Amino acid sequence: MNNGPITEGDLHAFVDEALGPERRIEVAGHLANHPELAQRVQSYRRQRGELRAALAPVAEEPIPPELHLARMIKAHRTSRTARWQAAAAAVLILGIGGAGGWTLRSVFQPPRAGIGALAQEATDSYAVFAPDRVRPVEIMATDRSELIQWASQRLSRPVAVPDLSTSGYRFIGGRVIATAHGPAVLFMYDDDHGTRLVLLSRDMAIDKNAPMAQHSRGLITGFAWADKGIGYSLVGHISSQLLHSLADEARRQLGND
Amino acid sequence: MKVMTLLIEPLIPALRRYAHGLMRDRATADDLVQDCLERAITRWHQRREDNDPRSWIFTILHNLAVNRMRQRQRRGPHISIEDADEDALALPPPQEERLRHDDLMRALDGLPADQRALLLLISVEDLSYAEAADVLKVPIGTVMSRLARARERLRRAVEGESTRVTAPGAHLRRVK
Repeated sequence: MNNGPITEGDLHAFVDEALGPERRIEVAGHLANHPELAQRVQSYRRQRGELRAALAPVAEEPIPPELHLARMIKAHRTSRTARWQAAAAAVLILGIGGAGGWTLRSVFQPPRAGIGALAQEATDSYAVFAPDRVRPVEIMATDRSELIQWASQRLSRPVAVPDLSTSGYRFIGGRVIATAHGPAVLFMYDDDHGTRLVLLSRDMAIDKNAPMAQHSRGLITGFAWADKGIGYSLVGHISSQLLHSLADEARRQLGND
Repeated sequence: MKVMTLLIEPLIPALRRYAHGLMRDRATADDLVQDCLERAITRWHQRREDNDPRSWIFTILHNLAVNRMRQRQRRGPHISIEDADEDALALPPPQEERLRHDDLMRALDGLPADQRALLLLISVEDLSYAEAADVLKVPIGTVMSRLARARERLRRAVEGESTRVTAPGAHLRRVK
């Protein structure tokens, strides 16, 4: 069998063991008949081996600490929390603006009860807990059953955690928080970019059943609804369209329980 | 980013080895690898999924190395005590072998940078000819001819012949 004359490229592919078995045999046969060429190829092979041997110790050294990839990724994330701090500052500024409006409170009084109050509580909780890089949740998702047991006990009813992972949001944990209307349970989710969402839920004294309604304060958007005496609000700093679909998904899952 | 750690972390020893072979200076080499990893972290999400992570990261490292070598050229050759040959070898092998390796590395230094880079990618890092063409952004024919020139030139340098004479028809470009 003959695949054409042996080329310089074949010789190098022979050295690099990059030839197919047939061509390899052809090249070897050719070299057997050309001792000078064989000598040159042998020299290239030796050169290859020695280059590898000379540089091998570098690859065998322990990796220096400044090249620790996981740590570098973490440092990169920390620099991104600066953006979260900016978001938290924005929330604070909005809060100050809110205080300035105190004199107008008889006109623009925030809702004290019902779904409007729940929306307020959820937005406040998001503003406080979502930017928290140390302990955004009290109980992590890894201790999910403990969290569910605790929340169910405090709310005196079984609570369930909607699964938003098909939309890219992982459950990261939760906590019980205080509201003017009793205990509420907060669940937090995040996606691969570290974007967080908060789902707040508590018993409703009024608005026991309420259709889903959008609420927003500054850049924070939420969707609140109530079903059979339990109110929910899903809050985040993402597009209202995406948030709406996530809220629909949560409502669908919670309605089936 | 978990995926990134899984795919890139095992390549760090090879990245260090390539940078060392190319720059021949421990501090510069590790500095380059650090720059390379930082760049990789910020660009990870822009990476095309079908792009082989090894070619991808070697391309980043190679481009950084080329820039660094250009800077060196502008400032004139940088010769420091740290550049002394034995620093490439962490665990000194037996004396005779070490001397031979030192000669080889010195001969490698005498090669133009583009030949040196290619020889390291093919002979040491086991990149395929197509992957090397991808990293160096040259046609595969250039990879083959450059590889032939590099091997022949290195052979003659090690075997004591003049490095000015190389494979017939080879065109040499002095880089430094």
